[in-house]
Amino acid sequence: MSALLEVTDLHAGYGAGEVLHGIALNVQQSGVTALLGANGAGKTTTLRAICGMLARSGVIRLEGERIDAMTTEDIARRGIAHVPDGRGTFLDLTVGENLRLGAYVRRDRSVASDLAHMLDLFPVLRERLRQQAGTLSGGEQQMLAIARALLSRPRLLLLDEPSFGLAPLIVQQLFAILSRVRTESGIGILLVEQNASLALDFADHACILEAGRIALVGAAATIGADEQVRRVYLGY
Amino acid sequence: MAGVLHQILSGLATGGIYASVALALVMVYRATHLLNFAQCEMATFSTYIALTLIQAGWPYWGAFVATVLVSFGIGVALERLLLRRMEHARSLAAVGVTIGLLLIFNALSGWLFGFTVKQFPSPFESSGGGGAVLGGMISTHELGMTAITLVVVAAVYAFFRHTTLGLAMRAAAANPESSRLVGIRVGWTLALGWGLAASLGAIAGMMVAPEVFLDPNMMSGILLYAFAGALLGGIDNPAGAVVGGFAVGVIENLGGAYLVGTDLKLTLALVIITGVLVLRPAGLFGRAVVARV
Repeated sequence: MSALLEVTDLHAGYGAGEVLHGIALNVQQSGVTALLGANGAGKTTTLRAICGMLARSGVIRLEGERIDAMTTEDIARRGIAHVPDGRGTFLDLTVGENLRLGAYVRRDRSVASDLAHMLDLFPVLRERLRQQAGTLSGGEQQMLAIARALLSRPRLLLLDEPSFGLAPLIVQQLFAILSRVRTESGIGILLVEQNASLALDFADHACILEAGRIALVGAAATIGADEQVRRVYLGY
Repeated sequence: MAGVLHQILSGLATGGIYASVALALVMVYRATHLLNFAQCEMATFSTYIALTLIQAGWPYWGAFVATVLVSFGIGVALERLLLRRMEHARSLAAVGVTIGLLLIFNALSGWLFGFTVKQFPSPFESSGGGGAVLGGMISTHELGMTAITLVVVAAVYAFFRHTTLGLAMRAAAANPESSRLVGIRVGWTLALGWGLAASLGAIAGMMVAPEVFLDPNMMSGILLYAFAGALLGGIDNPAGAVVGGFAVGVIENLGGAYLVGTDLKLTLALVIITGVLVLRPAGLFGRAVVARV
């Protein structure tokens, strides 16, 4: 099986400070790769670098096509949907408008049926379509952000700490929906999470980042089962 | 009493001009957080283009549409070629560029079309006829000019509210980073905003020219009134800017007639600007951002 996303020797940073010192990672077709590591290890920076949101060098391929010189807009149009750190909600716009923006790049006719499907997956959004997105709770905003991302019909979904700041029950709901989406649509997911046990349960592969370098790569189950790895890198 | 009503109606007519220019200022401000000081000089330049076309024998409305389109192109080109380069510069530098554009367009108008005061035709009344309606309260041109302003404002509102492109422009102005992530070409929406603003200015110029006559400095004062209107309504609130523009027109007319005399009218605009900035910097309709943490 060929890789959906293939990153090799990725360097990136902010201004003069380099944060990523040549990392490599893959996401398989329909696979989930978890990207773990301590605060400041470079997880968010990796996602932002893949999307061209900061200066980077290295090779990034999406289904074999090089995207490392493309603009963020073009990468989004190629099929990578990024739910960023902080969710990237358009706070002044309504929930419905946020969802319409998710499908902005699409010109096909099935947008309406996809929207209906999203509202089935996330019923809380249906009641709030005309409400200003800034008034949603954290969990609702996270659902909105994921629904918005999925409406672009991406091949790859980048999730930056979807559980951040949410109540455990909401997190459970959210990951149940994500598993359903995964089996239904067969998209690949690159998941950044603070909650390592949660991420390792959901993912099939995992990479552990340490100070801008990949410290460990392996099957999620293997990494989750290794007590020493858990203690040293994941703190549980 | 009839006098007051007359002042209010004619204030609303001029207020429409301020409202259009205020809307143009707000559109640029929302997209780029920049005040375009050249907005009015660009509008004057556009009005000269219209006059040239009309003198070349074009029918009025043909010249009108052509001018709006050419102005749109000028606005887009300025953003793409000039202001784009100021994206990462300090905002003071970008403001400097718009002030430079003000001087350039002002000089260009005089140089290309002459400094003498020219008459500009009104589409609403036959030449020289000061036709009045509503018992002499308001001239037909003032009435037509108000109608055009309202139509244009409604069209702009409908564009931003009901089209996908309008939605994308609002999104790009509010949150450029997220907009890029959903695939919006943010740079082009900014250029589009400049184009639309230039078109709005052009319409305002063509509407006001029959009233005040056309010369290179025709709209210099209007910038101040429009700015006062935009601030009064809230500099990042398009609807507020329109209401503010109309309000400033009425205040200016009433104040000029009963309070301070015509010589000090412009001072009223400055008083409004200072007053708003001191007392209510967000403007009367300052956006209340609702957010739950």
